[in-house]
Amino acid sequence: MALQWLFIGAILVVGAGMAGLPIALNILLAPRKPNPDKSATYECGIETVGETWVQLKGQYYIFGLIFLIFDIEAVFLFPWAVAYDKLQFYMVLEGVLFILILGGGLIYAWRKGALEWI
Amino acid sequence: MSDPFGGLDNFLKDLLVGFGLDATFVAVVLKLLGAAVLGGMAGATAILLIWAERKLVARIQDRLGPNRVGPYGLLQTIADALKLLTKEVLIPAGADRIIFQMAPLLVVASVIGVWAVMPLAPGLIGSDVNVGLLYIVSVGSIGILGIMMAGLSSNNKYALLGAFRTVAQMVSFAVPLIFSLLVPTLLAGSMGMAEIVEAQEGLWFIFLAPLAALIFFVSSIAEVGRAPFDLMEAESEIVAGFHIEYSGMAFGMFFVGEFVHAFTISALTAVIFLGGWRGPGAEAFPLLGLVYFLLKASIMFFVVIWIRGTFPRIRIDQMNAFNWKFVTPLALVVLMVTAVVDKLAIEQGWPRFLAHSTANLLMVIGTLAILRAQASSARRRQEVALEAPVTRPEVA
Repeated sequence: MALQWLFIGAILVVGAGMAGLPIALNILLAPRKPNPDKSATYECGIETVGETWVQLKGQYYIFGLIFLIFDIEAVFLFPWAVAYDKLQFYMVLEGVLFILILGGGLIYAWRKGALEWI
Repeated sequence: MSDPFGGLDNFLKDLLVGFGLDATFVAVVLKLLGAAVLGGMAGATAILLIWAERKLVARIQDRLGPNRVGPYGLLQTIADALKLLTKEVLIPAGADRIIFQMAPLLVVASVIGVWAVMPLAPGLIGSDVNVGLLYIVSVGSIGILGIMMAGLSSNNKYALLGAFRTVAQMVSFAVPLIFSLLVPTLLAGSMGMAEIVEAQEGLWFIFLAPLAALIFFVSSIAEVGRAPFDLMEAESEIVAGFHIEYSGMAFGMFFVGEFVHAFTISALTAVIFLGGWRGPGAEAFPLLGLVYFLLKASIMFFVVIWIRGTFPRIRIDQMNAFNWKFVTPLALVVLMVTAVVDKLAIEQGWPRFLAHSTANLLMVIGTLAILRAQASSARRRQEVALEAPVTRPEVA
């Protein structure tokens, strides 16, 4: 089993290397003539006004929150799905009940207007 | 001939142990070698994929596409890569340099990492871990992290907007993606990719769960960020989004990541719903299984390009409404119905295929009916709103 995870670790390193190698080559091969105009922020030729780190819209935050709830609930459902073959019918219904409660949460967020894009 | 991949593995093992090396050491070295070969191959396919996509999109748009460099323009991508290698590396003033340069690495690594658990042929799988599907979902979200890092570290407002949209889109579509992956998990009774292909003997999961397959495919396209869901790099709105400040090869690597990711989701659809390497004679000749797998993945990749060439980009509010008010509730319903129907079919002895296809058909009819009712009530509201100002002066 440890060998399996070693393979995954190795392939992630190889993947990063597949990107890193050409970028390193690029840095070695490319000419380097920096000047202030080149390293200025790209914005249609005019200077940037104000800070770049503007406050993000609250909407994104709400979607992030809803996502978090659903993601965690989905992770709870995976063991249920793996053990599905061994479950009795009423155990499957309990899983369905769990999803229904989750659906209730979605309907609540919907009725509260959290899903509207303003 | 019955097991060429296992045979090659054993041959190399015996050879190296014969040289007097330790058996565990040899096993570790062979695993590392396998990872390097698989990762390298997955990365190198980008050259072919970019050519294929440009050619196909050109044909869809009634153009010729690349046809100058090499036969049929096959060497075009290599020429482009050579050009990118000689481009100056620019890092904008005020950028977070380390995060800025790490971002493309993460994007490519997350995509190639998925190939570790891809069953390519019978007995040919990089790493047969028993949590394959969870691993795919988690590694895929590293790519989202890479895109957010690129957008936030660039010190550019367009890039920042691209990163915001990534949060809204790629993160949201992970929800129906995960729920649609629960359906094959419960049908196969396992999260391991090899076991999922094993479980599709005789009947592919697309016949048992066509709706889940569709939801998985659509939300995967959104996860890759392709048209019609390419909001975070919409060139007509925010120029190029998260990769606006990148130049040279670092810029190219985002595209390598995107193209390989598009092929990866096609391969995942093929493995999870289309039976992977299954096909006539695949058990007897594992090499044939590899051919079947690549064929199915290529067909799905063609569909991805076809969708890209056909659909216009949707607005961000449409994208959100589509995800949270349509795909996510549908995925929840599909999961519940599949779970109940499959258990009932096994316990009552109903034919599985018939039970599932009836259930899926009923869900499609129900969805369409709800959509129709919604549309007609919206139309009525609009008509009332249009008539109101005309009637008011007469009353007064």
